[in-house]
Amino acid sequence: MELTGAEITIRCLQEEGVEYVFGYPGGAVLHIYDALFQQEQVRHVLVRHEQAAVHAADGYARSSEKVGVALVTSGPGLTNAVTGIATAYLDSIPMVVISGQVPTFAIGEDAFQEVDAVGITRPCVKHNYLVKDVKDIAATIKKAFYLAKSGRPGPVLVDIPKDVSAQRTEFVYPESVKIRSYNPVGKGDSIQIRHAAQMLLDAKRPMIYSGGGVVLAEAAGQLTELVRLLGAPCTNTLMGLGGFPAGDSQFVGMLGMHGTYEANMGMQYCDVLLAVGARFDDRVIGNVEHFAQVPRKIIHIDIDPSSIAKRVKVDLPIVGDVKLVLDELLDVLRSSKQKPDAVEMASWWKQIEEWRVKGGGLRYKNSSEIIKPQYVIETLHKITNGDAYVASDVGQHQMWAAQYYKFNHPRRWINSGGLGTMGFGLPAAMGVQLKHPDATVACVTGEGSIQMNIQELSTCKQYHLPIKVLALNNRYLGMVRQWQEFFHGNRYSESYMDALPDFVKLAEAYGHIGMRIDHPADVEPALREAFARKDDLVFMDFRTDPGENVFPMVPGGKGLSEVVLAEEL
Amino acid sequence: MRHIISLLMVNEAGALSRVAGLFSARGYNIESLTVAPTEDATLSRMTIVTSGSDAVIEQINKQLNKLIDVVSVMDLSEGEHIERELMLVKVRAEGGDREELKRLTDIFRGRILDVSAHTYTIELTGARVKLDSFIDAIGREPILETVRTGASGIGRGNRILNQ
Repeated sequence: MELTGAEITIRCLQEEGVEYVFGYPGGAVLHIYDALFQQEQVRHVLVRHEQAAVHAADGYARSSEKVGVALVTSGPGLTNAVTGIATAYLDSIPMVVISGQVPTFAIGEDAFQEVDAVGITRPCVKHNYLVKDVKDIAATIKKAFYLAKSGRPGPVLVDIPKDVSAQRTEFVYPESVKIRSYNPVGKGDSIQIRHAAQMLLDAKRPMIYSGGGVVLAEAAGQLTELVRLLGAPCTNTLMGLGGFPAGDSQFVGMLGMHGTYEANMGMQYCDVLLAVGARFDDRVIGNVEHFAQVPRKIIHIDIDPSSIAKRVKVDLPIVGDVKLVLDELLDVLRSSKQKPDAVEMASWWKQIEEWRVKGGGLRYKNSSEIIKPQYVIETLHKITNGDAYVASDVGQHQMWAAQYYKFNHPRRWINSGGLGTMGFGLPAAMGVQLKHPDATVACVTGEGSIQMNIQELSTCKQYHLPIKVLALNNRYLGMVRQWQEFFHGNRYSESYMDALPDFVKLAEAYGHIGMRIDHPADVEPALREAFARKDDLVFMDFRTDPGENVFPMVPGGKGLSEVVLAEEL
Repeated sequence: MRHIISLLMVNEAGALSRVAGLFSARGYNIESLTVAPTEDATLSRMTIVTSGSDAVIEQINKQLNKLIDVVSVMDLSEGEHIERELMLVKVRAEGGDREELKRLTDIFRGRILDVSAHTYTIELTGARVKLDSFIDAIGREPILETVRTGASGIGRGNRILNQ
C-alpha cells in the first residue's frame, strides 16, 4: 500500500520508538500534522514557541538515553528552532528535528515562510538533509536517527518540502543503515590504553577530569570504579556533574571558572591528568598558556578526534567510545600487579586537603534578614534528598545550582553548558517531566531567564506537568551584574530588571500556584509545601540578595590558580 | 606554512558549502579550492590550499574528517606529491611584442589558444610558482585579464587517497 510522505514520516517515528514529538504546526507541515492526528502511538506536545519545542526534546534526551524529536514548520518555525538546535549541538545532545519546507517548485522563489533551513542550520547541526523525493524520506529519517545517536551525538535536521509530504510511495523502513563516509569509532587503541594504565599507575599526583561525554556514554559506573581503583581525586565539568557521585570523598567538586579551589589547583599541579569525555574549553581551564606553564602528562579519552589537541597539547590521545575505553582500561588496571603508590597518593591527598582548607570550600554567609540564593539550593537539595531532576537556566543561579545541589547520579542535572542559552530551563524541564512522569523535577531559574520562555507555563498546564519552578529573583541579570561589578567599575549597564511582573499572579493567570518568599525563615516551609503538591506546578518567586556573587571565580582570561576567593573582594 | 589538502566527498547537494562553511566558521584560510566529480560519479574530489600552524592544520584535517559527507582526507604536502594549476592569460599583443610573447610562452611550455589582431590568450599549466614566474616574466603591463583554477594535487607513486 502506498503512503503519503507525511504518513511515512510518522511511521518512521513509530519505528524508532518515539514517544513524544515536541512541536508547533504551520502551513508547510500540515500534511505531517494530519498524519500525526490519525494515529496514537506517537504523542505530540504542543509548545507555545518553537525554541521551547527543541529545548523540551533536548531535556527529554538529556534525562534519558533516547533521541529527542521536534517538529516545526518552515520559515519562522525553523528560525525559532535554531537557538534550540545550537544549544543541543554545543552539548552533543542526540536529537532529530523535522521541519516543513515550502513545496519543491517554490524553493528559491522567496515563497511565503521560506528560509534556507539547511543553510541556516548547517553550522549548528551534526548533519542535515533536504528531502526532495518522497522515496527518500524513510531512508533519510533512518540515517538521521543513526547519526544523532552514534559517535559523538548531536542534532540532525530533516527538512521536508510540503509537496514531498503529500506525494505517495511504498513504505519500507530500512532495517540497517550504512553511510559510506561515516564510521564512528567504538573501541580505543589497546596499546594506547595499556600506556595510559601504566602512566596512571606510575603517577605521583594523578587527577581525573571528566565531562559530559561520560554522561552521554552511560559510563558513570566505569568512571566511578576507575576513580576508586586509582584512589585519585576526581573533578567534573559543568556538563559532567553526576558522572561521579558528588557525595564521594574522592570528589573535589566542579572545576573551571566557578569551580572549587582544590579542583582547579589539582588540575594545575597534578603530574598525570586523565581527561575523559571533556574538551578543555575556555570556561574550564581558563587561559591556555597559563595552563601549559606547569608540566604534566595528559591522557585524553574522547570519541571525537577533533576534541583532542584542540586547545591543549595531549601526550596520550585515545579516540573511542568512553564507556568501551574505560572498560578496557579497568581490565588492564585490575589485572596489573602494580598498584598505585600509596605513599605518594597520601601526600597528594594531603596537598589537596590543604587546598581545600585554603579555599574554604564552597561557602557563603547566610543571613536571617535576606534570602541567600545558595541557601535556597541547599534547602532544595535537603528536601528532595538530592534525588530530583534539576533543569536550570543560565546565569548565577545555574552556577549555584551546579555548586550546591550535589548530584550523585548522571542525567539529573539538565543545563545548557556550551551555548549558555537563557530560556532553556523551563522547556527542558517539560521534556524531563514527560519522560519521568513520577519523578521530582525542579527548574532553577532567574527572573531574567524565565521570561525568555515563560509562555511555556501554558504548555505545562495543558499537559499537567507538575514542575517546581524556583526563580531566584534578585532583580538583576546577576551574572552580568557580577562582571560589571568586578570588571566594569560598578557601571550596571542595562542589567537591572525593572518593571518585573508579579510572578505569583502570572503563575495564577496560567492556572498554576504562585508563591512569593521574602524571608529566609520561609524558604524551607515554602519548598516543603510546594514539593508536597505532587500534582501542581508551583512557581516560587524567591526574593534573593541582589548583591550576592558567585565564588570562587577564575576571571576570564586568567589561569586556574589565579582564582578569586570570596573573602578577597 | 602552506598545505595542500586533498579530499574525497560524497556528491550530495550542499557538500561544497559544508567545506567552505567550515573554513569560514572556524577562521581557517583558503588560498584556493577546486572541486569536480571523479571517475566515480557519486564522489567529488577537492583540493584545498590553506596555510596555518601545525596545530591549525591538524584541526583542519580533523574537522574535515568529521563532516559526514567526507570520505577521506589527505594532507598532500606531508609527502611527495604533484601540484598543477591551469591559468588562462589574455594579453595585449601588438607589433614587436607579439614575437616576444610567443617566445616566452614557448619557454614556459604554454600554448596560445586564441589569437586576434591585438591579443593573445595563453594557456599555462604548472605549479603555482611557475605560473607566478610567467606573470613576472611578461610583466603586468600587457595583461588584460587572468583566470586561474587554483591547484589540483595528487600524491606521487603509491600515495593514493583511498575511498
